Amino acid sequence: MSQFLSGNEAAARGLYEAGVRVGSAYPGTPSTEIFENLYPYESIYHEWAPNEKVAAEVAYGASIAGVRAVTAMKHVGLNVAADPVFTAAYNGVGRGFVIISADDPSMHSSQNEQDNRHYARAAKLPMFEPSDSQDCLAMIREAYDVSERFDIPVLFRLTTRVSHSRSIVEEGEPLVLEPLAYKRDTKKYIASPANAMVHRAQLEEKMKDLAAYAETCPFNTIDERGHKVGVISSGGAMMIAREVFPEDTSFLKLGFTHPLPMKLIRKFAESVETLYVVEELDPYLEEQIRAAGIDCIGKAIVPSMYELNPALLREALTGRKPETAEVEASAVPRPPVLCPGCPHRGFFYTLSKRKNTIIAGDIGCYTLGGSPPLSALDSVVCMGGGFSVAMGMAKAFEQIGEDKTIFGVLGDSTFFHSGITGVVEILYNKGNVIPVVLDNSITSMTGQQDNPGTGYTLMGEIAEAVSIESVFRAVGYKKIFTVDPQDLKAMRQTIEDAVACREPRAIIVKRPCVLIKRIKRERARCAVDRDKCRSCKRCLSVGCPAVFFKDGRSTIDPNLCVGCTVCLQVCPFDAIFKEEQL
Amino acid sequence: MSSDVRTIVLAGVGGQGTILVSRVLTTALIDAGYDVKMSEIHGMAQRGGSVSTTVRYGKKVDAPLVGKGEADILVAFEQMEAVRHSSILKKDGIIVVNDYKIMPLPVASGAAEYPDNYIEALSKAFRVIAFNAGEAAMALGNARVMNIIMLGAMVEAFEMEQFDWDSALAKQVPPKFLDINRRAFEAGRALAGRKV
Repeated sequence: MSQFLSGNEAAARGLYEAGVRVGSAYPGTPSTEIFENLYPYESIYHEWAPNEKVAAEVAYGASIAGVRAVTAMKHVGLNVAADPVFTAAYNGVGRGFVIISADDPSMHSSQNEQDNRHYARAAKLPMFEPSDSQDCLAMIREAYDVSERFDIPVLFRLTTRVSHSRSIVEEGEPLVLEPLAYKRDTKKYIASPANAMVHRAQLEEKMKDLAAYAETCPFNTIDERGHKVGVISSGGAMMIAREVFPEDTSFLKLGFTHPLPMKLIRKFAESVETLYVVEELDPYLEEQIRAAGIDCIGKAIVPSMYELNPALLREALTGRKPETAEVEASAVPRPPVLCPGCPHRGFFYTLSKRKNTIIAGDIGCYTLGGSPPLSALDSVVCMGGGFSVAMGMAKAFEQIGEDKTIFGVLGDSTFFHSGITGVVEILYNKGNVIPVVLDNSITSMTGQQDNPGTGYTLMGEIAEAVSIESVFRAVGYKKIFTVDPQDLKAMRQTIEDAVACREPRAIIVKRPCVLIKRIKRERARCAVDRDKCRSCKRCLSVGCPAVFFKDGRSTIDPNLCVGCTVCLQVCPFDAIFKEEQL
Repeated sequence: MSSDVRTIVLAGVGGQGTILVSRVLTTALIDAGYDVKMSEIHGMAQRGGSVSTTVRYGKKVDAPLVGKGEADILVAFEQMEAVRHSSILKKDGIIVVNDYKIMPLPVASGAAEYPDNYIEALSKAFRVIAFNAGEAAMALGNARVMNIIMLGAMVEAFEMEQFDWDSALAKQVPPKFLDINRRAFEAGRALAGRKV
């Protein structure tokens, strides 16, 4: 049956058709919808793990035990999962094991734009690069066959535009696989130095076999249309190249890109007068093709930063700027903002007013606390980094005799992801840091996924909600302050109490995200008494999209306001009131 | 190179209902037998940021997205988003724009101004069809159907009346809202028809 699916939906369908039985992932744009679309398939146990490393280990364990397994993550997630992945490449698999990594060129929703194809070379993993949704489905099935045939995990590399673009897909029938009879195999699965010495050499042999497979892989295909110009490309860039190059251009589409089919590439190169290599991000193909002594035109003209599109590639080839009409007006930036009613607002507003304060932040909605007008963050590095970066800053300030109050800030999902090690670090190494968990009871930035603290699993079952407070206590923190950030007075008092506290202490800022659907809320909104408004603009300093100035006075958009009252609490003239009985 | 491919870009602010429009649109195109590709950006855009969706259709579509100077029509759900995305249009491109302003935070916080001349500036460069779709939706009794009014206007402006829009609406809209969405679609066509 044909369906109009996103790459992520097609990958989910592919996992089902490939007979996958266990999946473990951590949400991250643009990969999240792969696991969110596994719900129709009862044959696949699927879960959100606390982080990508755990997810990769769970999936790998399932593969060892004899079922096809998958893990999925965004590009930076593979940095977290790299440890087990590199060793799984040595040990090999039981049943097929596929690692899906979704890169984010142009950083639509990411902190960097690393090109994860390099991981395939570094870890010595076979790699597939689908170009559209049909590829996503079909290549997943092939990836499992490759994983089992060559006894090795497979890297499946997506990008934002492959994951989030829809195209027409032909669905197939699911495979039904008999479970393998499990047998202990110490030489294979125990990554001891002695075994690793053996695996190391075996891995090189596997790479040779995979290089031979690459030459005949059904996803490495030549489309011969002429002998003047030839293009080699892969992934999303392939579709852009097809769009831009003229009709008589020949193409070598590489769907399997590690190891490369160098014989096929050479044959193709010899069949054309001029060879282009069109890639998004790094010259991954180009460098290997050049190293094989094949001349080509690639990054000399094609940009190596940011997402590629047809206009950019056309400009690279012709040197001509795209033609459009000039509009004599410019748009004001429209940055993403904390939602109306976001519980993070009260916390960041309070800290934004505090002097001599350092705030190391983390990855999540609360990264937006660093944007104006709140501007209440000093750093954001990576998932779980909030506590440990704060620790380093604290030690540096101690060394140079700077007296500052230092907060490390992260969210509930980030706490479980990799914040807990920072909790231990701060206590063990006597850090003068106040760890703060902004617990909004959901993984919100990626679209409200459950996590170990929410009490639900990905498959919708009720689960034990892991208590953040209990974790702090178990580690040895003596005083845990819990506060509702929407009560600004209490928020301020709690911060000062925590600063004054001489024992190991932490703050849990607790209020659920306004976007959680299963939580019913009272309908409420605030409004401005424009006669009382004195135009002081204090209400604008909370950075709420519902509050703005009109004709010199404050106004609240009734369609956006949810009645959180943060603006009301900061108004010095009582000009904002909560409307009764909506 | 696929020269028969047409490209529509929908632009707005997170929460304005561009997703439903792109669903109805792609349903009608697929039912008519076209190859269709659609690309959207999620993630941080959800948080009140600028959002855009690209829909491309033809006998065979390769790239799911386009760059500067490549789209045939821009359907903007908000004035400033029309300006922001206007460079994606071909020289003779068409803009259907909702004559409506949503203040971005730099404007709301007083750090920047929302210019008053957007529609005028756009009209000097492109063929522009502008009307207040929000008011038209309110007149129909439901502010949320603004998005389907925009769809109707696009169909009229881009001469896409040959498709089975009624069936596409029926497939994508819950039954109890079908009637008002049908009326919104027709209202959009009429509004654009008057402006063309």
